[in-house]
Order: sequence, then structure tokens, then C-alpha cells
Amino acid sequence: MTPNLRFWLGAALLALVLFLSLRLLGNDYAYFAGYFVLQYVVLASAWNILGGYAGYVNFGAAGFMAAGAYAAIVLRQALGLELLPGILFAALVAGLLGLGTGYLTLRLRGVYFSIATLCLAVVLQTLVVNWDYVGGSRGAYIVHPRDIPPFTSYAEYLFVVMLVLAILAAGIGRAVERSSLGRGLQAIRDNERAAEAVGVPTLRLKLVATTLCGALMGVAGAPLPYYSGYLNPEAAFSLAYAVNAIAMPLIGGAGTWAGPVIGAVLLASLQQAATVTISSALNLWIVGWMLVIFVALAPKGILGWFRRRP
Amino acid sequence: MDPDLVLLLNGIVSGLLLGGLYAAAASGLAVAFGMLDIVNIAHPALMVTGAFTVVVLGTWLGLDPLLVAVLQAPLFYLLGTGIYSAYHHFFEKRGEEALQGLAFFFGVMFIIEVGLVMVFGPEQHFLDPSYAYTTWRLGEIDLPLRMLVPALFAMACIGALFLFLHRSFVGLAIAAVAQDADALRLMAIDPVRIKRFAFGISIALASMAGGALVVVQPVEPSSGQVFIGRIFAICIMGGMASLPGCVMAALLFGVVENVTATFYGPSWSPAVAFGWLLLVLAFRPQGLFGKAA
Amino acid sequence: MSTDVLLHAKGVGKSFGGFTALAEIDIDLRPGERLGLIGPNGSGKSTFVNCISGDFAQHEGTVTLAGHSLNGLKPHRRARLGLARTFQLPQPFNSLSVLENVRVPLLFSGHAADATERAMACLEQVEMADKAQKLPKELTQVEQRRLELARAIALNPRLLIADEAMAGLSNAEVDQIIALLFKLNQAGAAIIMIEHIMRAVTAFSERLVVFVAGRKIADGIPRDVLALEEVEGAYLGKQ
Repeated sequence: MTPNLRFWLGAALLALVLFLSLRLLGNDYAYFAGYFVLQYVVLASAWNILGGYAGYVNFGAAGFMAAGAYAAIVLRQALGLELLPGILFAALVAGLLGLGTGYLTLRLRGVYFSIATLCLAVVLQTLVVNWDYVGGSRGAYIVHPRDIPPFTSYAEYLFVVMLVLAILAAGIGRAVERSSLGRGLQAIRDNERAAEAVGVPTLRLKLVATTLCGALMGVAGAPLPYYSGYLNPEAAFSLAYAVNAIAMPLIGGAGTWAGPVIGAVLLASLQQAATVTISSALNLWIVGWMLVIFVALAPKGILGWFRRRP
Repeated sequence: MDPDLVLLLNGIVSGLLLGGLYAAAASGLAVAFGMLDIVNIAHPALMVTGAFTVVVLGTWLGLDPLLVAVLQAPLFYLLGTGIYSAYHHFFEKRGEEALQGLAFFFGVMFIIEVGLVMVFGPEQHFLDPSYAYTTWRLGEIDLPLRMLVPALFAMACIGALFLFLHRSFVGLAIAAVAQDADALRLMAIDPVRIKRFAFGISIALASMAGGALVVVQPVEPSSGQVFIGRIFAICIMGGMASLPGCVMAALLFGVVENVTATFYGPSWSPAVAFGWLLLVLAFRPQGLFGKAA
Repeated sequence: MSTDVLLHAKGVGKSFGGFTALAEIDIDLRPGERLGLIGPNGSGKSTFVNCISGDFAQHEGTVTLAGHSLNGLKPHRRARLGLARTFQLPQPFNSLSVLENVRVPLLFSGHAADATERAMACLEQVEMADKAQKLPKELTQVEQRRLELARAIALNPRLLIADEAMAGLSNAEVDQIIALLFKLNQAGAAIIMIEHIMRAVTAFSERLVVFVAGRKIADGIPRDVLALEEVEGAYLGKQ
């Protein structure tokens, strides 16, 4: 059995087990909790493509995710199209956003890209707040169908969609890691000048990575309005997304496809469990501290404890 | 006079005053980012922290916010040296400032912001000085003291910093460390000590800018967010390490943003920051007032 | 363009602000030629290399390689035209193994399918095949230099610029690198050697070019060039 086949079969099996055990539970809350964790698997895997492999820090996860969420809302309002086309449209919009930001800033030092992504979220939020078509600061309501056969509830449907997206995101991360693109990005992270000198088309690879990273983040955000039934700018641009998108890969182990998955499952589950017991601010505060402590003391993340080499 | 012209003139003047506040916020970053090459994205968050301590101490002691800002600056200097020591130990020394160092400052920013929410709540806090509602008038032009005093305060701080950097031995050493750390070693000066000192100054400036911010507007824990784009844009436009360039860029920026707000509504002004930043990065990355690389 | 010119540099110059680092350099190089480029520190040797390799996008003058104009091309495009270089300080990809370091240029020059075999062949040429799975930081200085050469060889270069590829090495190690460069040269690559170690330059070069203060002051066979008074003056510090 080839490693590729083993990965996809393993992922499909894992997905099936997850799905069946949640169905046995038969509780909508479990689906929502699962969705919450899985969206972070997508988001963290997306961040890792640019941040983990190429070493370019994207601070704008919330901005890209919100772009995806609002793209889904716009598509629904304009054409009446539902979630699945919304996800594709979100990938397109957020991917173009990533491409544009990258194109304008990536010819310079990487830190300018980071700074640009940092303000991107603020500015997109300004645009959305001023845009009445999507509800402005009041927010937009999405009335979704009660259920979609053959699924028992809409929550289950959303969970399954996000499950598929999470597996795709991890698979894309893994494919990047094993491709020339991934090797080229790693060469860029280690030494961009030397990479260029040995024939790596650095700008093009970085643009591919920013586009892919943006598109996947948009995909992570597209189901958000359907998940909460209502979306306002404050929720869509929540700093929680930006910090988790960075913290999860770095804590799990950036630069490996499994790192963000581990980090996302771990941190998101913790946060999901903790919201019941402690305030959401304290919750996020702990994530911030974990990020700082991990980058300082364990720069290779949890996976770094288990293997000597990246 | 034509009312539109009056509006424009007033927009420009209050933009200049607003630019004074931006200059205060950006000058500290010009030291950290421009001279020391430390991408401190937590700078605005530290400024807002300074603003909150000004509100707390000023209310408690019954003193003017700007006076409190000066008095508390040494504490922020110490905080800055502490942050730099950690940054140097964990990232700069290991050569990992790019990815991990950026993530570190992002984490610090986040911890500060959420920490402020936990202590003070998400709502706005203010401390009005006695002159908050006084406005001087020059013909048709309004000069609200709430804007004028912080702008003058900012210019005084930056002037002092400028003299310090250009006249004192330590100041010259900071300029030298920006150019070539090895040259300093030959002069038996420890570049790490110089950088720690300079970063402390940078954070002290952030806290003083926080004092100016309190006078201009009420503050909330997330106030720093809109400043990130602004002050990095200003710093880059100003040519990174140049204080005069930074002040010029800040004033220009204040005017453009304020005139935009006057004619198109204030909710659009944050978009100006990003637009400018992208344009500068795309077409003049060496800054508006910088020399060609 | 005649076919017996590999590298054609005409009027190459570069200024930083008001400072002229390099001016009016004309150099033609034949295929397979071994050129030594010498000059005191700050004489513009590295600036010249950076103009040729594309690190400086903007410079005066024109440069062509085997008839292709290099002006305005990014370094990776020049690399694919057969221009390879090593750096003064070795610049390995630190998180990648030695083998992966050498695979990177192959992945992006149309050899992705058999990159591993080709990379191993390059490593064998520099006698590093047994170190393939090591990380660069586990290598000695001379091994890092060899890795850098293997990475350059992987580009199948028509022209290799060895920018102080022997700095900091022992005498025996210098000889090893010279032998390697000869082997590469016999395989067909022209080589520009920039070096302070005069023993290496004279042993290797069939032609010598001297830069002083950003200008070419001598160009000819080594014995004649080294006999010139200006060259001696530049090196011994008298005019």
C-alpha cells in the first residue's frame, strides 16, 4: 500500500469513526463542538502552508476567515446559493485577497507581508462595517434549511462538511510538504537568497503559498454564518481566530502537516471544554501565554519532542 | 470664507494635531523597528497599557494625564528592558527572530489586550484634564486644547529623543548599533546592552504616547489595533530610522486621515492606513522621505 | 554574438547613493575558461559577482550568458541558464539534509523525477555521498564548502562563480577544493575564482583580472599580470 493511499484510507476511516460515534451520541451540541475543533484544523493547516514551510507569518487569519464568511453571505444574498457553492466562492475571494496582499508586499522583506496582514483584518472590518448589503455593524442573519437529507440535522450536515474540509486541508498540507513546492518553501524559509541562487523561483512559490493559505482560510470561514445563524463583524473578525491560527501550528509543530492538526485538536478541545468553566477572555489569555511559552521554550512544538529532525 | 474651505482648513489643522499624536506613537517604533530591527507589533498594545495606567494613576492621584505619563515612563522603560531581555535570550541569540520572534510579539500583544479586558472590562475609560473642553480660535480655525496640548507634548518628547540620539554618547551608540553591531564591539561597547537600553526608551515613549492618547480620546483595550497599521505605515513612510522623517510622515498621515474623515465619514479612516501602507510598500519601500536603497 | 564567448560583460557598473562601487567593467569569458579575479577588500569583486548573479537587479552596462541577455533577470532565471555561484559564507538550507540541499536545485530545473539519483551523483563528485543524511550544521567547514559546490554542480552550470570558496580552510583543504574545481572545469564549466589565497589563484587560473577601487586595472595571463607594477602597488599598498 502506498503512503498516499494509507493516508487517505486512514483519514476516511477516522472520519467514519468520528461520524458514527457522534451519531450514536445524537446530540447537536456534540456536532457543534466537533465543528468548532475542525474549523481550527482547517485554519491552522492553512496558516502552516505559508508560516510553517516558508516561514512567512500571516497575522490576518481573522481577516481571511471573515472574507470567506462574508463571501458566502454575499453569494447567498445575490444568487440564493447555499453552503457548498459558498465555500468555493469563499476560496476564490480569500485566495485572491492572499494573492493581492502577497503580490504587493512579498518582493520586500517577509516582515512587511506580516505587517500588511496585520492591518488587513482591521481594514476589511472597516469595509464590512460600512457595507449595508451584508448588514453593516448590525450583522447578517442566515436562515438555513432545517435539515438536509440524508443527515439527521443541519448540525450534523455542517459537521460532516467541516470534517471533509479538515481532511482536505490536512491532505493539502501533506501534499505540499511532499512536493517540490514544499521543498522550495522550506529552502526559502532557511535561506531565501541561496534558494533564489540555486534556481528556486522564490516569488512565485511564495505567491502560490499565500494564495493557497488565503483560500483555505476563506474555506474555514465560509460555513461560519451557517453555523451561528447570524454573523456580525465583531464575531467574524474575532482576534481568537488570528491568535489560534498562529498558536495551533506553532504549538503542534510548524512545518509538518501533522503539527497544525495536533495543535488544533488539542487547543480547540481545551478551549471548547474551558468555555463551560471559565470566561472566554481568560480562555484566550491562556492561549496567548501558551503561544509565548511554546515559541520561547519549544520552538519545534509538540512534534519536536518526538523527533530529532524536522 | 467658503464653508467647504473652512471645513478643509479645519480638517488640515486638526489633522496636523492628530498627526502629533501619531508621531508620538510612531517615534518609539522608529527606535525599535527602524533602528534595532525589532518588529515590535506589541508597541500599540503597550501604548494602550500606558494609557490605562495613566487613567488609573491620574484618577487616584488627581494629576494631569500628561504629567502622570512622564512620571510613569521609568516603569515602562524597565518593562521594555525586561521584554527585550526575554526577546534577546529566546530569539535574537538563537537567530530565530523572523518567525518565532514575530509570533512572540504577537503573543505579547494578545496577552496585553486580553489582560486589559479582564482587568478593566471591554468598555471605554477616560480621564479628562482641566482643559479638555477649551478651544482656542484663530480666525475661522479651531484649536481644541484636547488636541493641541498632546501634540505639543508629543513634539517635546520627540525633540528630547532627537537631541538625546544625536548629542549623547549612548544615543550615538544606538545609531551605531543600527548600522553595525560589530563595530561597537570593537569599541568595547556591548551591543546587547545598548539595544536593551534603546528598547526600554522605545517602550517608555509608547507609554507617553499613551498619556497623549488619553487626552485626545477615551481608551479601550482594543484601541491599539487601529494603531498597528497607522504607526507601521508611518514608520516605513518616514524611512524607518529617521525621527524627522517619522514626524513628517505622521503629520501628513494625520492630515490625510482627518480630511478623509471630514468629507467621507470617520468610519472610513482606518482604511486609509492600510491603503497608504500598501501603496508605500508597493511603490516606495524605502519610505517617502528615505533615500533610495 | 560569437559562439566562443560564454560571458560577455560590457560597461558593468554599480553605485550606492553617491558612492561608485564598480565602474565600466568589460570582461569576456570563453566557455571552459578559468579566470581568477583578485583585488584588495572593497575593490568591487563581490559587487561584480552580485551584478552577474542577479542579486543586484539594477546596474549599469549589459551582461549576456551564452547569448542570453541577463539584464533584469532574477537570480533563479540566471541559475537555470547555467550560472551557478557559491557564497563567501556557506549558505546551506539548515533544516534540510545534505541530500535535500542538493535536490532543491534539481527539483526546479526539470529533473524532479530523478532528483535523488542526480543529487547523489553530485554528492559523489564532491566526495560527500556518505554524508547525505546529515544536517548542514553537523558538517565541518570544508564539508560545508563541498556541499555548496555540490549544490552548484546540480545546476549543471556553464559558468561557476566561486566567491572565496576557500576562506578559512587549511592548506590541505584548499588543495582539495582546487582539485574539485579542476574536475568541474574539465567537465566543461567555465569558472571565475574570486580569492584572497594567492597560491590558489595562481595554481588554478589561466587568466587573471585585477580590480582596484571598482575598476579593472589588469587582465591577462597570471605571470604577466602579477609582474605589473600597479598590481604590486595595489597589493603592497604603495602607488
